[in-house]
This record gives sequence, C-alpha cells and structure tokens, in this order.
Amino acid sequence: MRRAWAVAIKELRQIRRDRRSLLILVFIPALFLFLYGYALNFDIRHVSLAVQDRDSTAESRAVTAAFVHSTYFDVTTEIATDADVVTLMDADRVRTVLVIPEGFAQKIRSGDTAVLQVIINGDNANSATTIVGYVDALLRDLSARMTAGNVRAIQAPIIGAAPRIWYNPELRSTLFLVPGLVAYISMITAVVSTAMSIVREKELGTMEQIRMSPMSNLSFVVGKTLPYLVLSQISALIVILAAMWLFGLPMRGNWGTLSLVTALFLVGALGTGLLVSTIADTQQVAFQAAMLIAFLPTFMLSGFLFPIASMPVVLQYITTIVPAKYFLVALRGVVLKGLELHEVWRPIGALVIYAVVVLGLSALRLARR
Amino acid sequence: MTAADLAIVVDKLSRRFGKFNAVDNVSFDVRRGEVFGFLGSNGAGKSTTIRMLCGLLKPTSGRALVDGIDVGADPEGVKRRIGYMSQKFSLYELLTVDQNITFYAGLYGLTGERLARRRQFVLEMGGLKGRERALARTLSGGWRQRLALGCALLHEPPILFLDEPTGGVDPVSRREFWRLIDDLSAGGTTVLVTTHYLDEAERCDRVAVIHAGKLATIGTVAELKSVFDNRLLLELRARDPVAVMSALDQMPGVEKTSLFGTAVHAVFGSRTLKAEEVRATLEQRGLQVASIEPVAPSLEDVFLDIVDRESTKGAA
Repeated sequence: MRRAWAVAIKELRQIRRDRRSLLILVFIPALFLFLYGYALNFDIRHVSLAVQDRDSTAESRAVTAAFVHSTYFDVTTEIATDADVVTLMDADRVRTVLVIPEGFAQKIRSGDTAVLQVIINGDNANSATTIVGYVDALLRDLSARMTAGNVRAIQAPIIGAAPRIWYNPELRSTLFLVPGLVAYISMITAVVSTAMSIVREKELGTMEQIRMSPMSNLSFVVGKTLPYLVLSQISALIVILAAMWLFGLPMRGNWGTLSLVTALFLVGALGTGLLVSTIADTQQVAFQAAMLIAFLPTFMLSGFLFPIASMPVVLQYITTIVPAKYFLVALRGVVLKGLELHEVWRPIGALVIYAVVVLGLSALRLARR
Repeated sequence: MTAADLAIVVDKLSRRFGKFNAVDNVSFDVRRGEVFGFLGSNGAGKSTTIRMLCGLLKPTSGRALVDGIDVGADPEGVKRRIGYMSQKFSLYELLTVDQNITFYAGLYGLTGERLARRRQFVLEMGGLKGRERALARTLSGGWRQRLALGCALLHEPPILFLDEPTGGVDPVSRREFWRLIDDLSAGGTTVLVTTHYLDEAERCDRVAVIHAGKLATIGTVAELKSVFDNRLLLELRARDPVAVMSALDQMPGVEKTSLFGTAVHAVFGSRTLKAEEVRATLEQRGLQVASIEPVAPSLEDVFLDIVDRESTKGAA
C-alpha cells in the first residue's frame, strides 16, 4: 500500500499544478448546478393572460382579481371581440384567455353553477397541464370564499378529496430536480476526471513505465482513484450545500448517511471512469465514451427528469444498471424524507454491487497480458 | 560459459496475436555486463519481444529467463530485477525533477538512506544538480532523457531494457548518453537496447537482427560484417545515381544495389571483378561515373542484406 500512496501523492501534486483540472473538478460542478438549477424549473409564473369580461359585474371583476393576485397570471390585455382571442393566441401574445360570459353573476346569485371559459395554449403540454392545475385551485378557492360570503354559490360535490402533499407541500419542482442534478453533475465529473487522468498516462507512456514496475494493479487503482474520490466527495458536498443555499433544498436526514451514500455512488462512478480508461487509448475517445456512459443514462434513465414508472418495460429493465437511479432514491430519501441508514439499505446495497462489478471488470481488463 | 554468466536466456519464444505471429520461435542469450543491440524494422517484433522479457506480455509458447527468473511464471519477480526506459522518456511534465524521482522511487519501495543515496546518484549522473526543483516539462531533450534513465536505474536493476532511447535527442546528447551506457556496462549492468540508428548498433558488444518475427542473425558487429568476406562492395558516385543503379541491376554478378545518401552501394557475389572493369562497363553504356571504389561494409549494408535475404526467403 506504500506504493499506492506514492501514486496518490504524485496524483495530488499533478492536480495541484494543473489549475484547469482542479477548476473542473471542484468549481465547475457548482456552476453547473447554478445554471441548470435556474434553467430547469417546471414551475410557471407570470403567464400572460387576456380577459374578456362580458358580464362586467362585481363578481366577474372578483374572478379577474383572483387571477391577478395569485401572481401566476399577468393580465396583459382586455379583449372586446371573439376575433381578438384568435389573433392574440395565434401571435403568441397571450398564452391563456379567460372568458366570463354574460349572466355569470346572475347564475351565482341564483345558486346555479356558473361556467367560465379558459382557453390555454397547449403547444407545451407540460405547462398547459400546470396552468390547468392553477386555474382549478384558484376557482376552488374562489368558490369557497364566495360561499362563505353568504352567497349561495356553486354546489359543492358530495365526495371531495382533500389532498395533502408530503415532503414538498408547495410542489416546487426544484426540490424534485436538485437531487437529480447533484447525481448528474457528480457522475459526470467523477467519470470524466478519472478516465482522462489514466488515459493521459497512457498517452505519455508513463502508464507503460508503471506497468514495468513491480506495483500491483490493485495498488495502482487505489492510488489513482483515492485523490479523485476525496476531491469529488468535496465537490459533491459543495454542490449539495449550494443547492440548499440557492434552491432551499432541505436537509431532513443525517449528514453521515448522506456522506456514505454519496461516497458509495462516487466509488462506482470512479470505477466507471476506470473501466472507460481501459478501453480508450486517447483522451478524445475517453472523453466521448465517458460522456456517453455517464451523461445519457444519468440524464434519461435515472428518474432524474422522467419517471421510471412511465417508461416502456424494456427501458425500465435497463434502468436497473444505472447507478444514479439508486443514488437518487437514497438522496431524495435522506434529504427530503429524513430517512435513516437502515431505511435506505436497498439503494445502498445496489450502489455497492455496482461499484464491485465495475471495479472488478476494470481489474480484469488491467490484468490482461 | 555457465548459466550464471547469462543475464537473459530466450528459448524458442513465440507470441501470437490471433493468427499473426509477432514473435516466432526466437532463441538467443545475453551475457552479463553485455551491451546487446536488438535491431529490426518497425513491426519486426522487437517491442513484442521486449514486452515479454519485461513480464508485460505472456509468451504463447517457449520460455525466457531474465536474471534466472521465468518471465511466464513470475512476471513480478522479473519486474523487480529490471529497469526499463522507452523512447517516450516517461516523465510527469507537471512534476519537478525531484518529485519525479520520488515517485519512481516510491513505485519500487525505496525509502530512507537508500532513497537519498540513489537520488544523489541520479542527479549526478544526469547532470541535474541545481535543477531539482525545475518542472520536467522545462527540461531539454538530453536532460529529460538522462532523468528518465536515472529513474529507470533507481532500484539498481542488474538488467536494463532501453527501447529506442535516443529518439528526438541531439547528437551531442546521444554521445553523452552512450557514454553513460558504457559506464553502466563496465559496472556490470546488462543492457539490452533497441535502436534504429545503425551507428549506435556498432557500439554494442553483440547484435541480434529480428525480421518478420524471426531471428535473422546474431553476433558481434565484426561477425555480422563477415557475410561480406567473399563478396565485393563498391561505392559509386555519379551524376545520375538512379540510372547507374538500374544499369548495375542488369549486370551479371550484381546481387543488390542500394542508395546511400547520394552514393550507390553495389554488392557483387565474388571478389574477382575489379572496380575499373565495372566503371568501363558503365561508361560503355554512356553513364558518367565520378568515382568508384571498394568500401568496407557498414552495419547498414549488413542490415539491408539481411532484410533482402529474409524477404526473398519469405516469398519463396
């Protein structure tokens, strides 16, 4: 192990001199989080809204006011004719139109169900669904207030659900996305940095020189990955802290459990980088292979953005070998739900298996002669 | 000669890659303290042989003993007894001279007093005193080469492998480097060196030529040159060397012609012919010959002769 130590010391000295690598390893991840964190946000505010109020009563104005006060909508235009609706929607000047028909107030006062028309631009299905949700919530709230105001209003349904959302009561999409970002960013930096550092040694010929020495493959692998494990662990913690500070990610669980889960995930990621380096002979190939292996599955198949349950069955099976999937389950569990170590043993076990398999495969490939 | 006098014993060594015989049934010995040259064109099997002798590659068949250790059975044991330096001068550019030494010493588990002594040796040998803190990438070719050699010698290996060690180095540094090799050999270290430079091969005690995976010839430089003993080698200078070459190729008794710089070397099968007769024949055909004289064969003549002979053998 003294030989592994010699490799680790050498690696740290190299990284320290190589400002660019150091920057990529420690600060770029935090920058990534910042950029992605703000760009990847499914919450929608300030939807442009046009209102056609054909009723012009206190009640109809109350509806418009409710839309404006919600901060979800900005009233940009008042519309006079139906033709205007088409013009504005076609030109994409507004994304939602609220039409309050004549006799709206009348119906409310007489106890009938008053119907509003809401036209939503459906070219982005995600945001359309979100807007429908906002409108629903807004009108439910409004009906309740009007009923309480002793006006006989819309009949309440006989069976009503009173949903309560746990862990993320405001349904902020960032709380769902940020753990995914942490996994995604850590995976890429860990895989790319290890793969590149080993392939660079191949290109320089130092790899061959090391193989001519009596050092075992195990010592080499340990010495080579240890510095990157420490650095990427630090980098992952910086990203997690930044996520708490910038995006209000809570920490409901135990820091020890979080560190353990992160470390296990990173060992697997470093092993993946090692495996890539045993296949690639140039830095260019290594970079492309590392991006392909680290980036695509982590982005598409980990449950980071797209729920695994809604994937085709074949893809669902493939996700079984994506380590980020398990890391995400454990990370969300610890951070959002405050789960203890014994409650996340399944994903932890999966991460251990992944790490053992990749490291074993790399050792086999290194031992070939 | 007893087995203890032999640093390397290669016995019917072969290595196949798929259907390709990279090294085919090669046998030779290297004596202790000898500077042994290993020649061959690119892809002839030099590197594959060296990689097997260093324990990096498993022989498909045959056996090799390096310092008495079987490379197939105990590659790690071999690695402890050899030093290796390649044409790439495998140094870490971002580390200082001293840090490079410390790292390679660490690979061989050198510590304490021995580390200090060997470090001193490398700095003195490489003329690197006062440059301990310089980054390796700021060193010129000659210094890098000597530092790489020093790093390969840190653990005092009895056998040193040099794989084209003088590539990309200026002539003065090359000379200096070979002086170091001679010193090592005088001190009892066995040196096996591959090279493209035939003038370097002349400095070896013995030379082996490998062609298409097979050992073509082996011996001292004088022994190798003795293949020309009963033949005539003429060096011609002419205004149109290419025309002279094709005219010579038509002449009876000419075995081979080749271009050496601006001169033409022609090999005749017997010594009965005289230079002036050849000149007369050429001038009869209207070719101007500036000079023509018998010369002693260089190693390059020998090498080309071997490659030629082996190639026709392979084609037959």
